[in-house]
Amino acid sequence: MAGAPSTDSEALRRRAGRVQSQRGTEEPPLIKWTLIAIALLFSAVFLLLPLVNVFAQAFSKGLPAYWNSLTEPDSRSAIRLTLIVAAISVPLNVLFGVAAAWAIAKFEFRGKSLLTTLIDLPFSVSPVVAGLMFILLFGLQGYFGKWLDAHDLKIIFAIPGIVLATVFVTFPFVARELIPVMQATGTEQEQAALTLGANAWQTFWHVTLPSVKWGLIYGIILCNARAMGEFGAVSVVSGHITGQTDTMPLRVEKLYNDYQGAAAFAVASLLALLALLTLGIKTFLEWRQARAYELAQRAVEELS
Amino acid sequence: MAKRKFNALPGFGLTMGFTLFYLSAIVLIPIAGLFLKSLEISWHDFWRLATTERALAAYKLTFGASLVAALANAAFGTILAWVLVRYEFSGKRFIDGLVDFPFALPTAVAGLTLANLFAENGWLGQWLVPLGFRGAFTPLGVVIALTFVGMPFAVRTLQPVLENLEREVEEAAATLGASRIRTFFSIIAPTLLPAVTTGFALAFARAVGEYGSIVFISGNIRYQTEIAPQLIVEQLEEYNYPGAVALAVVLMVSSFVMLYVINWLENWSGRYQN
Repeated sequence: MAGAPSTDSEALRRRAGRVQSQRGTEEPPLIKWTLIAIALLFSAVFLLLPLVNVFAQAFSKGLPAYWNSLTEPDSRSAIRLTLIVAAISVPLNVLFGVAAAWAIAKFEFRGKSLLTTLIDLPFSVSPVVAGLMFILLFGLQGYFGKWLDAHDLKIIFAIPGIVLATVFVTFPFVARELIPVMQATGTEQEQAALTLGANAWQTFWHVTLPSVKWGLIYGIILCNARAMGEFGAVSVVSGHITGQTDTMPLRVEKLYNDYQGAAAFAVASLLALLALLTLGIKTFLEWRQARAYELAQRAVEELS
Repeated sequence: MAKRKFNALPGFGLTMGFTLFYLSAIVLIPIAGLFLKSLEISWHDFWRLATTERALAAYKLTFGASLVAALANAAFGTILAWVLVRYEFSGKRFIDGLVDFPFALPTAVAGLTLANLFAENGWLGQWLVPLGFRGAFTPLGVVIALTFVGMPFAVRTLQPVLENLEREVEEAAATLGASRIRTFFSIIAPTLLPAVTTGFALAFARAVGEYGSIVFISGNIRYQTEIAPQLIVEQLEEYNYPGAVALAVVLMVSSFVMLYVINWLENWSGRYQN
């Protein structure tokens, strides 16, 4: 791309060449439209219908019934618990993600790739196994069970256990989004700030954080979506006490097993809305990034 | 030079210390706890607990259904990625945005809505069940749920590779007289293969550990639709901790093996990207 300045005639010629050559690199219309039809059918069955069905079933008994299933005490307590758990576990993982990204992206040390692999580890552990691990540590039969019981502390079948399980399954989200972004921004700007007399905290707050802001937001929304929607790990440690340790996904299961389909879908519809909101923000961030990249490239082209 | 520059930044000790502490507390100690617990079981008992008839049926379903679902994703996910990258049609951007939906949707909601769709009176079930295609409370239902949760991995792994594919190579092949089919099998397919395989492996790994979506659609019938994570939950409810630990260790070791394979595959597919 670099080098010779492209004149208008040259660009035209190139475009003409592209139109001609595409004949050789395109499928016959029949194959093309068959592939599109398969793709559309596949995404209709596996993407669109499941989504539309959630809302159709949620409202199948009318708006008042929908509202009632969301506002009855047990569902309200499930919504509250889900918000509490996310409000504790997401900030914890953000704090960790920022610290880990700073250490990994800005410094060189031995064992860095091992550390990155270990951070990703929770993604490859089955959520049920994750829940089991915390039972083995803090349950009555577990390593610390006797001690906790003697001091009247409850972790398993209580909120702390739910938070721990959630923190485990959402552990890598923020760190793995931040590390590449922080690596890409390098260390020169921080060096400059420090040379100009800024202290460490000022450097981080005014220089590092603004430059990784969007990556951080991206990590947070993914982490939050998983934290609010986690089922397997939370199900194992929660104890399923209605009105106390049921999160929204657990409430969905309980209503479904009680043959209250519409109510289950009503609670599920809130989680589906959360998923749509997450997707919306994600798409916006990606669009923003693509545009910034395009603008930067155009600026480079104009300079050269 | 580079080394000295890095040392000028503050906070390495603090952030590294916190990272290691938090990683140990949340991830490493719990995992070590699981393996330590399994050491308390004798080899003989471990083998017996990990290979009961019910456990073998559960592994067979878990790995078998994951395999079928990952293959379905490799096939349909590839077509979907191809169509999204290469063709123009209305609604394309909408579908492209929706591909991540299974990733963002809580698994419990996925299981709930899929079970309802494929049930006898559901939108799809009312047409499919009379044709003998039972999606709810059957092993097929497990495959459906696993295909749903694994799909974004297959599509999103392949998409960037397809976007970076150089059209010039295909043009050269066409100029040299290759038919489109020949070009596809000799030029395009070998380039895509590593990414398709990686997507397949990611979807498979995700499927093996999946629990939330399956409890709704499978019906959890012993020996028939009971997956390995579900069996762990059952053992826990019966306070059979050694049984749960043995199964969990089997699942954990298999996911470590898959993690290793995926890392290797990603290096392999990285060959073609610069």
